[in-house]
Formats: sequence, structure tokens, C-alpha cells
Amino acid sequence: MIGAIDWGIIVSQTFSQAFGTQAVVFALAAIGLNIHFGYTGLLNFGQVGFMAAGAYGIGMAVFWLDIGFWPGILLGIGYCLILALLLGIPTLRLRADYLGITTIAASETIRLLVRWRGNRGRTGAAEGINDFADPFYALNIFNRPGNRSYKFLFFEYRADDLWVMLTGWTVVGLCLLLTWQLMRSPWGRVLKAIREDEDAARALGKNAYSYKLQALLIGGVIGGIAGMFQAIDKQSVQPDTFNPVITFMIWTVLIIGGVARIWSPVIGAMIFWGLISGLEALMRELLGTSIEDELERFINLSVFNVSQVKFMLFGLALMLLMRFRPQGIFGSREELALDDR
Amino acid sequence: MVHCRIVKQQGRVGLRDWLRGVVALTVVLMSLFGLVSELSADSGDQSIGGRLQVENEDGERVPVEGVTLSIEGEGESITDADGAWSIPVSEAGSFEVTLDPATLPEGVTLRSADRASLEVLVEAGRAKSALFALTSGDGGVEASSGGGISGRRVAQLTAEGLKQGLYLAMASIGLSLIFGTTGLVNFAHAELVTWGQLTTFFFNTYGLAGVIGFLAPLPGPFGAGVHLVLAALLGMVSGGALGYLLDRFLFRRMRRSGVSLIAQMVITIGLSILMRYLFVYNFGAGPRFFKDYSGQQAISLGPIELTPKDLAAMAISAVALLVVGGLLQFTRLGKAMRAVADNRDLAESSGIDVQRVISVVWMAGAALAALGGSFFGLDQVKWDFGFRTLLLIFASVTLGGLGTAYGALVGALVVGLAINLSTLVIDVELKNMVALIVMVLILMFRPQGILGRSERIG
Repeated sequence: MIGAIDWGIIVSQTFSQAFGTQAVVFALAAIGLNIHFGYTGLLNFGQVGFMAAGAYGIGMAVFWLDIGFWPGILLGIGYCLILALLLGIPTLRLRADYLGITTIAASETIRLLVRWRGNRGRTGAAEGINDFADPFYALNIFNRPGNRSYKFLFFEYRADDLWVMLTGWTVVGLCLLLTWQLMRSPWGRVLKAIREDEDAARALGKNAYSYKLQALLIGGVIGGIAGMFQAIDKQSVQPDTFNPVITFMIWTVLIIGGVARIWSPVIGAMIFWGLISGLEALMRELLGTSIEDELERFINLSVFNVSQVKFMLFGLALMLLMRFRPQGIFGSREELALDDR
Repeated sequence: MVHCRIVKQQGRVGLRDWLRGVVALTVVLMSLFGLVSELSADSGDQSIGGRLQVENEDGERVPVEGVTLSIEGEGESITDADGAWSIPVSEAGSFEVTLDPATLPEGVTLRSADRASLEVLVEAGRAKSALFALTSGDGGVEASSGGGISGRRVAQLTAEGLKQGLYLAMASIGLSLIFGTTGLVNFAHAELVTWGQLTTFFFNTYGLAGVIGFLAPLPGPFGAGVHLVLAALLGMVSGGALGYLLDRFLFRRMRRSGVSLIAQMVITIGLSILMRYLFVYNFGAGPRFFKDYSGQQAISLGPIELTPKDLAAMAISAVALLVVGGLLQFTRLGKAMRAVADNRDLAESSGIDVQRVISVVWMAGAALAALGGSFFGLDQVKWDFGFRTLLLIFASVTLGGLGTAYGALVGALVVGLAINLSTLVIDVELKNMVALIVMVLILMFRPQGILGRSERIG
């Protein structure tokens, strides 16, 4: 009865997405979050706000300021630094959950602000900004007429995607290198000391507040770069793509890989996107077979709400992971910044 | 057996128990909703509809009457006094709805002129909504900001702020009390608000037994939907029940097996996502309306205009909040709650049954949140209402002082008044931002909140 399922599509989807552009974006965002939460113990529930800051940096540079694509990268980084200071200065002296509440609120506020109709001339309001990344794609070394697909084994990518992936995974590599070097330096050891026991670190004369702020700045900028790749990949920035659910996907990515491990964001992103895309492809294939009517009748599943089921499973997975294996695949429980401060 | 139970009480709660808890909850949610939505799918008449509204210069959404909308080959509809329109379509699929801009009243335009036609995907048996964004004045960018400060407008906005503050207080107190007694910041609290709204809608539409699909054909209060007042009470009861179940099967077990608070917080985030998408899966993405009082006209009280339903709901919430305050202040259980919130270990060692107190707090907090949700639902019922209000709920409890019941009340009223009065000077679209700015200022200068005690919280 289920013979009609094309397993080739499911396998191809799984592997293509595991290395695809979305995995790049989430790996980068999770590297930033790893510096915040994994190494410093900061509860940042607003990573998507940093992504929005980065993405709108590029978008607004082209659309509003008209200074071109490349200076937009600097503008995005500037936005991220400002956001980190705005968030950090009032909340980093307080208990961890205050930062959590403030960051989630701030990320929503950014979304409201950029979609405000009064900002139509600057951010494009609810419609967003489109077609600003041509200078980036002009450099595409894979370019072939008509943006044709490349195929090998299970993988299938458009030429533009391959170019985003090449640059993206390179940046991911650089960020991993940066994190690795930072965390084995004396500076990184102080961060971990603050995570383990802030009072002890303070007693040793370390200015915990300043270290936490620096970590927030660095992780925020990396989150902003993730947002830039999101914008470049989609060729558009829209306020509603930067909603809090994205933040929690980034958390899931980080927790899957294992908190406070260098490689965990990359592995987490690959597993997360591979699984999510594979599952969705499987459900869509099931809906194409003869049991479609039964699915619709008994659990009300149709092509319209497949993606909602995906989100339900994702929420459930986040709960189960956090409950039973909070250290993820590679993490160790000792490294978890989960004590109650 | 005896041995087993002792081991369990010491806190080894296994994967299976936990899964059973999650599955039980999911089944409860699914069975309440799933059967109902199946029922509505069977009826076989699908339509596209909506409400045309526009913001006037006071920032209120007013209906637009007499506008013609059409679907080629299917029919057309003219909006009524509530701005409502609906066009039945013959089959599920994709349709293009066109608004005739020539029929729009003077001074009202489409927000973007190229959006006079919308592509809408309709599922079998569902009423799908299509939203046309209208603005008053030219372009609407400056039209609704400012608008002058008059005494009448201040009075009206104060009344609306009070209304929102009262509803918000009901939604917030539970979050604050749960934080006070367990230390947990519950990100899924907003979903309890939505839960109240949705269950009220379902009791209102399908009745006592009709919620369980196959009993729907029963007559009277069982099958055909109960009056909104009774439905709201039932929604409150199901809110309390859900709160109890969540505590009993998820959070109590995690407290026992020593799951850290931050891990629990992330788990509440997962729970919030799970619940929200269960809601939209079963309820659909469009807004719906209660059967009773939906098209009520506002009445004037001096300079203020409010609908009678809102006046009644405001009075009820004021009474409910007073009762909660009285219970907290004067009853044994209330004192126990405040004692646990104050110092859990001390409370436990003086003989207070802390688990029971926490259980009651979850139940009462969730019931209040559900009732608050029903009141908010008087405007419209939507699957992600709670989540869109989460920011305001957090602002309220932080402002008043995390963990204090009275603080949440004061904080909610301040937030409600502040965001509504802020529209005197800023654009309505930005009013929720004021809540965040107030919150950040409070955290900078008085981090313990208005009513919190100044102890070290860093």
C-alpha cells in the first residue's frame, strides 16, 4: 500500500539540506549562541534579534542608505554591537533569567520596529527588502547560465546555493577557529570560570560584568553574520522571518550537538536540518500515496498542515532532549551551564 | 512493589513515566480539539470571508461597510455593518478574491494598491479568511500617530488601558506566583492563556458534550453550544485542569529528579511550541469569534465609549482579582503560598506541604490565565494570541517584581495604561514597544520591580 513512496527524494532531501544553506545559517547562529550560553552561561533567548540586525544591516545599506552591498556588512556588524550593548548594560548585572526575558522581548521589539509602516522608506516595513545581493552572486564561481542544478550522489543544489554554501561553510570554519582560539586563551578560561561560579571569579578580581558584555558582543556579531547569510540566501529580508521560533531552533541545534563544544553547532545544524527536511519529505510522500484519504480523515493531516506537524515534533524533541540528554551528543554534563544562578 | 515506590519517590523518574506524561497531555489536547475539527470538516461547505476594518485617527479599528468583494465564477459579497463578508465556494482549492476599490468609502484606501486581489487557499469544509489591509487618509503613515491630545481621547485611552491592564493582570498573576513558589520562568504560560480562549470558543460553539465529536448531534446545552458565560467558566475549569496536569505529570517529576531550573525553562519553551502548533493544527490559522455578543455596539459613559461586554468583563476581572488578593491575604492556603514564595525551605520546615501549595498555584494560576484569555477573546479568538501577548505578560511581572502576586497586578495595570496612553504621541503599531522600554528602564534603576524587596538579585 505504501509502495509508491519515492525513497530517493527523501534521502536526497535529507542529505542536501544537512549541508545546505539553512544548515550554514543555523550553524553560524549556534556558534554565537554557544559563546553566549555554552561558554559564558548567558541565557540569550533573542539570538534571532542579532540575526535580524545583521540582515537588515545589509538590506538597509542597499535600500535606504544606498551605499552598496559590501559596506552593508559593516553596518550589520555595527547594528549587532549596538544591540548587544543595549541588551547587556541593563541586564548583565542581574540574575540569568532577566537576560532571558529581556532578550526575547528585544527580538520581538526589533521585529515590530522594522515592520512599522513609518519605516517603510528605511526597512520596507512588512514587505521587507528584496534583490540586494547581486554583488555577492556576481562573484559566483559556480555560475552557469540559467542557475542550473548540480547533482552528485544524493546531493542536488542550484548554482547559487553552492556559492552561498562555499562561502558560508568557509565563514563557519573561520568562526570555529576563532572560538577555539578564544576559548583556550586566558580570556576564555575567565569566561568559563564566570559560568561555573561568578562570585568566585569576582573574588579573584575579574570584572565579570565586562567579560560577560564582551562575550555578548562577540556572539552577537556571529549571530549577525548568520542573519546576513540568511538574507543573502533568500535574496530578501522580511520582518516575520525573524520570529522567536527561530531562536528556539538555534537552541535546539546547539543542544543536539552538545553545549560548550567547538564542533557542536555544526553537527547540530546538520542533524537538525537533515532530520527536519527528511521528515517533511517523508510526510509529503505519504500524502501522495493511497493512504492520503485515511490520513486526512483520521488525523486531519493534509499538504496544508504538514509543516505544523513538523513544528510540533520539533517542540517535543526540544523538551525530550533537554530532559534526558541536555548534554547533547558530544557534550559532557560537567560543561553545562545549568546550575541556578 | 514497595521497594519500587520508595525508589520512585527518591526521584528516579524514568523515560517511560515521562513519556507517558507527555503522551497523556498530548492526547488530552488532541482529543478535545481533533474530534471537533473533524466534525467541522464533515459539513462540506467551505467559504472565504473576513472583516474589513480600518484604523481611524484615534487608532481604533472600525468596520468598513458597503464594499464589494468578488470571486470570479463563485459569487460576490458586500460588507455589512460589522465589516463582515463571506463568499461560499464550491470546492476546496485556490481562489482569487478581488476587492473593488471603487466601492471603498471616502478617505479609505488599500494600504498597497496592487493588493486589491488576494490568492486564498481553502481547505474542504473550512472558512478561510482573507485580509485586505486598509488605511485611512493618504498612505496612512502619519495619519494615525499623534492626532492631538484632547481630554476626551485621554479618558478613552485610560479606559482602554485599564481594560487591557485588568485582563493582563489575570494572565500574569499565575506566571508570577509559579515563579515565586518554584523559581521557574514558564514560557508556556502564554499558551495557557490561549488554551482558555480556545476552550471557551469550543464550549461556546459545540456545547458541553459536543466537544467530544460524536456527541455533537445532541440537543440543547450538550450539543449545540452553551452561552458564553457558562463557556468561559468551563474554559476556566479546563485551564485549571491543564495547569494541574502540567504540574503533576511534567514539572513535579522534574523537580523531584533534580532537573535544573534553566533546563526546565528551556523545556517550557519546547512545550510552548508544541502546544502552539497543536492549537493551529486543530483550530486553523484564521481568527474566529464567540457566538454571543460578537457584534456589540459601544455605549457612551461620559467621554468614554466601551462595549457592554467589555464593561462586564472588566467588572468581573476586578472582582476576581480582589478575591484572589483576599484569598492570598487572609486564608491559610494563601498565607502558605506567600510563605513558600518567600522562603521555600523555611516554609517546608514549618510544616507546609510545599508540593500541594505548588499544585494549587499551578491550578489557580492557569485558571486565571484561561479566564483572562476568554476576556481577551471577546475581540477575536486566535491560535497564537497568547504568544503575541507574552511580551506584555513578561513586562508586567518584571515591572511589578518577579514572584510577587500583587506586583503582577500593579505591573499589568501600569503596562496596560502606559501602552494605551502612549498612542497619544506615538504610532499605534509601536505601542507594544513601550512595554519593553519601561521594562528595561525598571531593570536599570529598580531591578526588583515596583513591589519587590531590594535584595541582591544579581
